[in-house]
Amino acid sequence: MAKIVVDVMLKPEILDPQGVAVSAALPRLGFNFAKSVRQGKRFEIEVEGEPTPVQLAEVEKAAETLLANPVIETFTVRVEK
Amino acid sequence: MALDTVSIAQNNPDTSQPFAELGLKPDEYARIKEILGRRPTSSELAMYSVMWSEHCSYKSSKVHLKQFGEKAVKTDALLVGIGENAGVVDVGQGYAVTFKIESHNHPSFVEPYQGAATGVGGIVRDILTMGARPIAVMDPLRFGPADAADTRRVLPGIIAGVGGYGNCLGLPNIGGEVVFDETYIGNPLVNALCVGVMKHSDIKLAKAAGAGNLVVLYGAKTGGDGIGGVSVLASETFESSGPAKRPAVQVGDPFVEKVLIECSLEIFAEDLVVGIQDLGGAGLSCATSELASGGSGGMKVELDRVPLRDATLSPEEILMSESQERMCAIVEPKNIARFLEICKKWDVTVTVIGEVTDGERLEITWHGDLIVDVPPRTVAHDGPVYNRPLAKPEYVDRVNAETVSVPRPKTADEIKATVLKLAATPNLADKSWVTSQYDRYVQGNTIQSQPDDSGMVRIDEKTHLGVAVATDANANWSYLNPYEGAKLALAEAARNIATAGAKPLAVTNCLNFGSPEDPGVMWQFAESVRGLADGCLEMGLPVTGGNVSFYNQTGAVAILPTPVIGVLGVIDDVRTRTPMSFDRAGLDLYLLGETADDIAGSEWAYMHGQRGGSAPVADLQREMRLIELLVAGRTSKIFTAAHDLSQGGLSASLTEMVLRYHVGADIKVENVEIALISETPGRVIVAIEPVVKEQLLALAKKHEIVITRLGTTGGQDLVINGAIIPLEELRKAHSETFPKLFG
Repeated sequence: MAKIVVDVMLKPEILDPQGVAVSAALPRLGFNFAKSVRQGKRFEIEVEGEPTPVQLAEVEKAAETLLANPVIETFTVRVEK
Repeated sequence: MALDTVSIAQNNPDTSQPFAELGLKPDEYARIKEILGRRPTSSELAMYSVMWSEHCSYKSSKVHLKQFGEKAVKTDALLVGIGENAGVVDVGQGYAVTFKIESHNHPSFVEPYQGAATGVGGIVRDILTMGARPIAVMDPLRFGPADAADTRRVLPGIIAGVGGYGNCLGLPNIGGEVVFDETYIGNPLVNALCVGVMKHSDIKLAKAAGAGNLVVLYGAKTGGDGIGGVSVLASETFESSGPAKRPAVQVGDPFVEKVLIECSLEIFAEDLVVGIQDLGGAGLSCATSELASGGSGGMKVELDRVPLRDATLSPEEILMSESQERMCAIVEPKNIARFLEICKKWDVTVTVIGEVTDGERLEITWHGDLIVDVPPRTVAHDGPVYNRPLAKPEYVDRVNAETVSVPRPKTADEIKATVLKLAATPNLADKSWVTSQYDRYVQGNTIQSQPDDSGMVRIDEKTHLGVAVATDANANWSYLNPYEGAKLALAEAARNIATAGAKPLAVTNCLNFGSPEDPGVMWQFAESVRGLADGCLEMGLPVTGGNVSFYNQTGAVAILPTPVIGVLGVIDDVRTRTPMSFDRAGLDLYLLGETADDIAGSEWAYMHGQRGGSAPVADLQREMRLIELLVAGRTSKIFTAAHDLSQGGLSASLTEMVLRYHVGADIKVENVEIALISETPGRVIVAIEPVVKEQLLALAKKHEIVITRLGTTGGQDLVINGAIIPLEELRKAHSETFPKLFG
């Protein structure tokens, strides 16, 4: 059984209010390492056996339609063993 | 890209510049060169291009809009008129109210959620900028057919965006419209209205007076949001092919805006600003040039001091960025320490970016190099003005000559079927699916909201002084006759205020049209403006401001002319308002106003694919008498309920009334085939206790309004000429439509 992972991030030029909130909260808690934080989301999709190129293309399509909003977000699809 | 400075521009006059890509015409570019006596720097070109875009400069509409000033009535109620961020109206007891409506149509098509959300955010900042606390919002929306695929894409996002932003701010959404028509496919209309309240003494204006005063930018950091959004997004028609020039979408953060509101109100309360402007369309280009030209004209800005979210932004991009939740204030040096302190308390980023000078030029530097040196008025106010050709489109006479042929309900079965069909059609169906996503009661001052005729909020908790707001447009009538259509929309909005017993005071508008480069569209626009200006003059209502949205068209198909008219009214005690419906049996129902066979442009005709005939002619004198009657009836406590008749006529209004408190009615009308579906303007259903009958008749006689008895209230059915419609069945038809369509 393999896992297809889709990572979705807001495009770099788009404001990320959650990331801004996190990066403001870090120093309040004593963590001073971050110059900036951006928050995204990750989907883990389990499939039977080794994913085929056809399956990956389908996931790609699903990501474009449902998992990500391509107007403001980018996504990557990869297979995790 | 190398930095383009004023001295480089002087020394290299022949550098070719992408003015056409920025939306400027060759003669406009030539005019900029003439103003400056040299070619503009790239930063100057960016500023002129956004500020001279249709959206910011009103270049096609200006020549028509000036009628609102010329035909204006003299009224003491108007404290601040057209030209400022929003008009301000005196509502008594020392209170002033400001309200305005704006469009965010194109951004909402590209990214429905964020487009609608930032539309709400933008209008709220406009109201805040006047010194007022925002107290309520409203959203008139228009979409393609309810069952169209694109409507399913944009509608849920737009509704969620309006709700998401407004709910986070803690602002009640007290009404609006949801209308479907095929011409809005690909061109959804998202208009946003905000109402704010303040004391007379708190009014703030956008001006930068006093040399040495500081220019302060506060709120969110500047990023690459919507760069060119104003000039490119709002001023060019979408091509059906590809996303070629789609710029970055603006994303709002309502929690930052909420903090910005509280921070600004505290700053205003301590009287720390000389002038203030929000950053909306055209961002810093707009704020600096408008503030400077509102004062003596001189201003120096160090652009490199602007706090950035994205350090790679070029000065041109910083000037054009439409990042949300930013404000620009002019502060006297003696007040700056306190100003910074308040911003720190609210955790709001704040930076002094420049100062007011005694010169007449707006000078902007980038790390010491002069990159902008312009007379600010030429950017903000002296943009191009076009007297675009207009011509009555050929369709008008043709469709006006058509006779409308629709099924006429006569038998009991036909009456029942008609009422149920009208109750369920998306344009008239229950809108709870939409409005339940909005917070309608937050702040605890909402007196009326959907499905009432108007939204009403209390503004003083001791005296119970309140304001009512209604927005209306009847695009079907405007299509048949734009002049009458605008007047009729004005009359309807005013009537919707008056049914509750409030007195109409002032008007705002959001004029949504196709491309101004089409003479037919320009004619529709000119006729609508003329109609609205004439109507406001006749009704004695000042226009306090508004917004024009052109280029709402896909290819050759323009939207129906859609002038959305907002009317604001005042009521001295909200507890005495007339409700829209009755909650008990045994009341008498009367119809105020005469019914003619006005089927052209009606919902019933639209449902049968008929778009011809002649629109009714507005009789504003009669409308004003009706309004006086409604206000008088409220003060003398005659009415138990009053409800306006508009789209869907008597059938739709009765449906809304009986379903409101689940009390039926038994109605008898003559000429039911006309009476049930006609949309003759200037009509209201009132419910009274039988004992005040004589008083009502006397009131109608005094105001010369025709009055007809309709029947009585009571029971579990709506009965019309013997046709029995059980309330349960009617409710099912009325309320199932939206959940079925949109889940």
